[in-house]
Amino acid sequence: MAESRTPRVDELEKGPWPSFVKEMKRAAEKKPAAGDLLRQLDLSYEEKVGHWKHGGIVGVRGYGGGVIGRYSNKPEEFPEIREFHTIRVNQPSGWFYTTKALRSLCDIWDKYGSGLTNFHGSTGDIILLGTTTENLQPCFDELSDAGFDLGGSGGGLRTPSACVGPARCEYSCIDTLDVCHSLTLEFQDFLHRPQWPYKFKIKVSGCGNDCVAAIARADLAIIGTWKGPLQINQAAVAEYVKNGLDIEEEVIERCPTRALAWDAANGELKLSAEDCVRCMHCINRMPKALKPGTERGATLLVGGKATILKSAFLGWVIVPFMSLTPPYTELKDLMGRIFDWWDENAKNRERIGELIYRLGMRTFLKEVGLPPVPQMVFRPRANPYVFWWPEEVKRNA
Amino acid sequence: MPKMVLAGIEIEVDEDGFIQDPDKWNEAVAKALAETEGVTELTEDHWKVINYLREYYLKFGIAPMIRKLCKDTGFTLKQIYDLFPSGPAKGACKIAGLPKPTGCV
Repeated sequence: MAESRTPRVDELEKGPWPSFVKEMKRAAEKKPAAGDLLRQLDLSYEEKVGHWKHGGIVGVRGYGGGVIGRYSNKPEEFPEIREFHTIRVNQPSGWFYTTKALRSLCDIWDKYGSGLTNFHGSTGDIILLGTTTENLQPCFDELSDAGFDLGGSGGGLRTPSACVGPARCEYSCIDTLDVCHSLTLEFQDFLHRPQWPYKFKIKVSGCGNDCVAAIARADLAIIGTWKGPLQINQAAVAEYVKNGLDIEEEVIERCPTRALAWDAANGELKLSAEDCVRCMHCINRMPKALKPGTERGATLLVGGKATILKSAFLGWVIVPFMSLTPPYTELKDLMGRIFDWWDENAKNRERIGELIYRLGMRTFLKEVGLPPVPQMVFRPRANPYVFWWPEEVKRNA
Repeated sequence: MPKMVLAGIEIEVDEDGFIQDPDKWNEAVAKALAETEGVTELTEDHWKVINYLREYYLKFGIAPMIRKLCKDTGFTLKQIYDLFPSGPAKGACKIAGLPKPTGCV
């Protein structure tokens, strides 16, 4: 048997789990680019250095984003991946596809690209890996005819993404799919024609479980929540207890704000609604008995990001509760003011969270017209300082 | 580094077609580069953008941010795309002979 040309990456074929090496070898039977890609990767494993050049600029007509230029820095050795550009395709809200849509995507990609895909990238997009400069425009034209559009890249709006929301989940307090779709359409220009100091990500989660990790990853996180008490079905609670749930240990003791009490004598779960922070723990533990309250909307948070200039940030609450009903005018107007303030004030490659960190939350709130409210404070007494604007201070005559 | 013949002279370009030596740039080279970016005729409006980018680059050593480009030239981003269909970075900067702008993916 011939000696393998990729002994290092071959190691990743071992074991019972799925292996991208196996899949790429299968792809290489049809497309030589996949073979060169594996061999370049093997070389990278040996030399512990990447072999992609940094930062190509390629694209399609009328768009400034959606395609990421990739060139091998060893084109003589790996001619099939001399040009190996990535195309980002905007995913449908909640990642729902018909098999027909998936087949048409893959047929187009087999025709113009390496056949290798990544469903999905961390931004949420469909990632099509590896094509030539020449094939970009015809590939985009066919994708477009099949009903797809490109996603975001560069210093602009990135493809908004959302959890599956009300389509499959009874916890969802908002129609995440519609909010995501509506915002994508509203702000398309910022998506396709990058014009900002840096990237801006929007993610929409239906409840505090935050399945798309919006709070940690999105510059603007929209997370479903409710006002007032959660809905309790006492008979169903009793049923859980009867079936062996240790309600004291697993629910009452784990409520972070001690908002729940269990009246064992009367078999009644008592809620102190004003103490509840809507963390979802009790609902997750007893989904048949507890539901979010009836007045539903979303909390908006701004500034989440991974480490770049500053360390990683979680989003800050800027609006504790906003009702979200189409066409989401209040949300879109606020977003417009946020984009504008950031674009006007940020330095090159400064995320909105870093700009707020530099200029101060009170400046941000004043400029975008939001009132400071107690929900913005991490926990009671976390920050004892209140800085007033001079015009707010009433002096004694 | 690949070479291209632009306006009768051989010029080094990178794989994306950006010229490597800004001193080799002249108006004839700009016209030749424009054709590679789907711009068949350079109008007065095109030159306004191109000259602005060149002057900014020669002064500061980098390309301006897009908001600044729009403010200073008075064009909206849409008008810039109408002039340069491949956009301000890939289209206008290339034609103006600037080195490839470094962006984030």
